[in-house]
Amino acid sequence: MNAVARLSNVSRIYPPRAGHAAVHALGPLSFELKAGEFFGVVGPSGCGKSTLLDVLAGLSAPSEGTVEFEGKPVAGTVPDGVGVVFQEDASFPWLTVEDNVAFGLRRLGTDPAEIRRRVDFAVGFMGLNDFRRAYPSQLSGGMRQRVCIARTLVLQPRLILLDEPFGALDQQTRLLMGDELLRLWRETSATVVLITHALDEANLLSDRIGVMSARPGRFIDVVETGWPRDRDSRLAERPDFGAVTSRLWSLLRTESMLALGQGAQAAE
Amino acid sequence: MSKAGWIRLVVLAAFFGAVEALCRTGVISPKLVIAPTAMVEAMVKLLGSGELNPDIRQTLSSVGIAMGLSVTGGFALGCVLYWLPPLRRTVDPFLAAYYSLPHFAFYPLLIVIFGLGALPLIVLATLFAMVAMIMATLSGLDRIPRVLIKTARMQRLSLPAEIWHIRLPAAAPHLFSGLKLAVTYSFIGVIAGEFILSTSGLGHQIAYAYDNFDNRTMYGLILLVLCIATAFNLLVFAYERRLARQRGQ
Amino acid sequence: MTAVRTLRGPLLLTLTLLVAWQVLHQWAGDTALTAPLPTLEHLWEMIGQKRFLPHLSETGLAFLQALVIAWAGGVGIGVLLGGHRLTGEVAEPILVGLYSLPKITLYPVILLLFGLGMSAKVAFGALHGIIPVALFTMNAVRNVNRTYLRAGRAMRLSPAQTGWHVLIPATLPEIFTGLRIGFSLTLLGTMLGELFASQRGLGFLLMTAIDLNDVQTILAIAVLISLFAVAANSILLAIDKRLHRGAAA
Repeated sequence: MNAVARLSNVSRIYPPRAGHAAVHALGPLSFELKAGEFFGVVGPSGCGKSTLLDVLAGLSAPSEGTVEFEGKPVAGTVPDGVGVVFQEDASFPWLTVEDNVAFGLRRLGTDPAEIRRRVDFAVGFMGLNDFRRAYPSQLSGGMRQRVCIARTLVLQPRLILLDEPFGALDQQTRLLMGDELLRLWRETSATVVLITHALDEANLLSDRIGVMSARPGRFIDVVETGWPRDRDSRLAERPDFGAVTSRLWSLLRTESMLALGQGAQAAE
Repeated sequence: MSKAGWIRLVVLAAFFGAVEALCRTGVISPKLVIAPTAMVEAMVKLLGSGELNPDIRQTLSSVGIAMGLSVTGGFALGCVLYWLPPLRRTVDPFLAAYYSLPHFAFYPLLIVIFGLGALPLIVLATLFAMVAMIMATLSGLDRIPRVLIKTARMQRLSLPAEIWHIRLPAAAPHLFSGLKLAVTYSFIGVIAGEFILSTSGLGHQIAYAYDNFDNRTMYGLILLVLCIATAFNLLVFAYERRLARQRGQ
Repeated sequence: MTAVRTLRGPLLLTLTLLVAWQVLHQWAGDTALTAPLPTLEHLWEMIGQKRFLPHLSETGLAFLQALVIAWAGGVGIGVLLGGHRLTGEVAEPILVGLYSLPKITLYPVILLLFGLGMSAKVAFGALHGIIPVALFTMNAVRNVNRTYLRAGRAMRLSPAQTGWHVLIPATLPEIFTGLRIGFSLTLLGTMLGELFASQRGLGFLLMTAIDLNDVQTILAIAVLISLFAVAANSILLAIDKRLHRGAAA
């Protein structure tokens, strides 16, 4: 399989600001995303997971190293074909569900009939049919996150980056959203990168899982899960499921304790 | 209507009823306050007679122009300050103290620059109202969630599209508060200017009626000004409510 | 180093204003705008004069009384409305409505009710300041995080301890913002009150100077009031920011 995106020796250093020393947040780090894979990223809090995603998406430029998407360098702007779903609620409160989902296509000046077709599909796919004319404030947190996913989906991205999109949701909803994400991934054949702090979630959803060190974040290992493509949350019942989660935790335990210490220092 | 709404109505009705009764029975002298119904009567009569139409027209057009200028200018300056943080830090203490500055002291200067008539009053009211809009614009832009800006970049929007489709709607609630304040401050600027420094306009007519112990005219005019200002505020408020309800706030 | 950085902005602003003043003076001439230096000399001279002092203390006293009424009254009303939900819901729209009225129109009414002199100025100043203080206090009290109160109960605090150690620190930053805005508006109200129908005070001196077209005195008084307003506001703003930083941490 060929690589969709490639990071070479990427690091990100935040320059010193009034009274604060420079922070080395990420890297140096190199890896390749295979076309069509579901890649999970786990790591201790504050290890630079979100920075990694920002750099990969082109939302911020790396301090050193290069990022490539489909063979072309990514330089400070989000390339066409990359969609991002954020941890925070990013639905537009002034637009209905339908208008939220259609937002990107309208900006591109897509043909109205085509917009209609794609919005119908995305809204249906994410189970939002009954809420087409609702405003985000009338929806639960999980529903709003679905709106954001649908809004990214209609743009038909070939690489979807998800930054803890279910972080604010309860466990049951997370499991269901995970299933939907897997369905979406299978049907669109897009490459997906999911950042999460939940080890079970990363295990369940991913083909490969990048395990990051404490700050500055680097991959200490990449774990292959070997799950079938056609999987869902019932995978957790398999006896070998727990072994992968345990493996992740044994890799992360020391790093997490290190990160806890860094957090205490930062709070001082 | 909600329970609180009903109670509010009763409280207001009781208040005006009590004032009415106290005035009608002579407990409150008509030399101080005239009965609310008499105020309404006086206002209707003034409007009907048409003798104050030129003053009404002059004041309202001055307020209208000042409002338009202060809202657009305040918004533009607010944006400039937002994009230039060092400039903003510099003028911040000035903006915070702005509404306790004695603006009317600069009136003679404005007369020299802009001549006599309505123009210096309009400039005065515009300068007075603009800072409220500047501050509302700044707080609106400050409070746009960062994730929405990131979303704009993810959607690969151009800067104008980002401003029009994301920053403006996200800042809209604050811009509306600014608009309402700008209305009030435009009124204050124009009316206060007319009180002390003008020979026409509603403010001057109110002061003239006060000087001549003509309480009927004075209260009629005061009620008229308050009604116009309130009507405009209610208009903005109704639109704001509609937006807010959509957003579930 | 930090002192230089924090002072650089205000110094730059002062310098800019002085240069702008000088340029305007060159352009408009002595009849409209006297130059900065002679004006400041004139101000110094005025402050030294014996007959200036009574006016200054008159204004200071009126402002101080109005401020005490606005702050104490506003906090009192705000705590009441914030603590009792229904009363708050009934009163809030009325307060917001009063806040957005151009209160300048009501000045003749205040004069009729309180007569010429100190009490009318105090009333007009307090009228401007009390509503924002009440609104900010109400919201501060209403939005106290209920978890803090539950935590207080879990720690078996007495009502007095809860008030002193939980409620006051939790509401202070927001209430202080109200006090700061109330300060500015009270000063505005008091000054407006002095401009019309007043026989003593800085506002009276200002009006007399405007009538006599004594530009140097006009500007000297304007500078004096502005200096006071900017200085007081900078201090209040600095405290405000500090309190909010504490609240955010």
